Amino acid sequence: MQNETEKSTEKTAIKIQAKNVGVSYSGMVALKDVQIDITERKVTALIGPSGCGKTTFLRTMNRMNDIIEGCEVTGEILLDGEDIYDTQVDPVVLRRRVGMVFQKPNPFPKSIFDNVAYGPKIHGLADKKDELEYIVEKSLKRAGLFDEVKDRLNAPGTSLSGGQQQRLCIARAIAVSPEVILMDEPCSALDPIATARIEELIDEIKERYTIVMVTHSMQQAARVSQQTAFFHLGELVEQGETETIFTNPRDPRTEAYVTGRIG
Amino acid sequence: MAASHIVKAYDEELADLNRLIVEMGGLVESQLASAIEVLIKHMPEEAKAVIKQDKKIDEMEIAIDQLATRLLALRQPMGEDLRNIVAALKMSNNIERMGDYGKNIAKRAITISHLPILNKTSASIERMGEMVRIMIRETLDAYIRKDKDLALEVIEKDQQVDQIHTSLFREILTYMSANPDTATSCTHLLFIVKNIERIGDHTTNLAEQIYYIVSGELVNEDRVKEDKSAYVAVEGEGKNN
Repeated sequence: MQNETEKSTEKTAIKIQAKNVGVSYSGMVALKDVQIDITERKVTALIGPSGCGKTTFLRTMNRMNDIIEGCEVTGEILLDGEDIYDTQVDPVVLRRRVGMVFQKPNPFPKSIFDNVAYGPKIHGLADKKDELEYIVEKSLKRAGLFDEVKDRLNAPGTSLSGGQQQRLCIARAIAVSPEVILMDEPCSALDPIATARIEELIDEIKERYTIVMVTHSMQQAARVSQQTAFFHLGELVEQGETETIFTNPRDPRTEAYVTGRIG
Repeated sequence: MAASHIVKAYDEELADLNRLIVEMGGLVESQLASAIEVLIKHMPEEAKAVIKQDKKIDEMEIAIDQLATRLLALRQPMGEDLRNIVAALKMSNNIERMGDYGKNIAKRAITISHLPILNKTSASIERMGEMVRIMIRETLDAYIRKDKDLALEVIEKDQQVDQIHTSLFREILTYMSANPDTATSCTHLLFIVKNIERIGDHTTNLAEQIYYIVSGELVNEDRVKEDKSAYVAVEGEGKNN
């Protein structure tokens, strides 16, 4: 009984909380009044038509918008209850805890090994060579890539196929032991087989990480995520269990979008 | 749903699917009316035409299943579209079963057509058949108008059909035990009223699907079952054994 109670509280643990989050670019409002709780160790999909603000919102969660000139973020984003926009928070440390995988695979122009080893090195997570090797191997294994590359770890990361490069980027994100991984359309540049591999991988790693994923494929959101949030014209229209959003959404705008009536 | 899909062909395919369901349901509605008529009026030749009509119903089930499968594969439907298509698959299956029961009534009508008319039961059977026919009609109306309240009314009506079934069952059983010469026709009549009752049950299944399409929720299934024919026995039987 004790265990069950613990489990059920674990299930509903909130990792990230957005409160009245608004974003504007040089005065142009991109996102307004977003309230959402991101559940720990679940996959949350952000869906919506182009320009709806979903990627903007994703980028607020590890302060990627900081580097964009004229970008202003209002409201609060709490990671484990602490505001990540607090002046005391070091964005570099934040981005170790909240990693990111981008739309197009972007390995560094370095070897496969160095791509994964880079993060742990700069964050001082490994003192000795064998510790680093252990992290690299473990990360590549978790990203489902190790067996394919173990004999050529010194080959350039860019020599891999698109799907392998994306898994390398996931291994790179995993290597610094993040708590949250943000994914911005991680499969949009990949073929269906490579996409299926990434989806399978996301399903495996969600046991360890909280994943927030922007996707244009509603089928992908339906397959991969447990929670879905629908954005439209800079507003968070509806959020909830993925199954509900796709089979029986409450808001007519969500219904119109998921059934292919607005784009 | 007022707005159209971005892909026009999708709208057309969904409209085709809905049209096929209504058409198939209409066939079963008229088949039931004809089957009761040929039974009551002793028209074995016309009964053959009713039996033949079932083939068309079977073909429509296949057409609906193929179109729904195609829509699932090509359009990857979501929301109300998904409910609509999944419901169409189930509804076509239910309507096909209704057609089989209608056909069976017509077959039995031929078998007992040369036997004496059971005038005493024909009025009740006609009334029961008409009740179920109206249920089918209202179900199709509810489907066309996306009217979940009408669907619920149909589900309620099935209780009256169940009540008539129980009383007819009792009545026929009584005739049979009073006059064993009528055993053949009475047995067939028992099956016939059971068939009508089953058609009513399948009609409520259709109404439940319509409720689901419109609301996204399942009908609360705690309604009272009025079909008590399973408990009916003729008093005094077996005493001489």
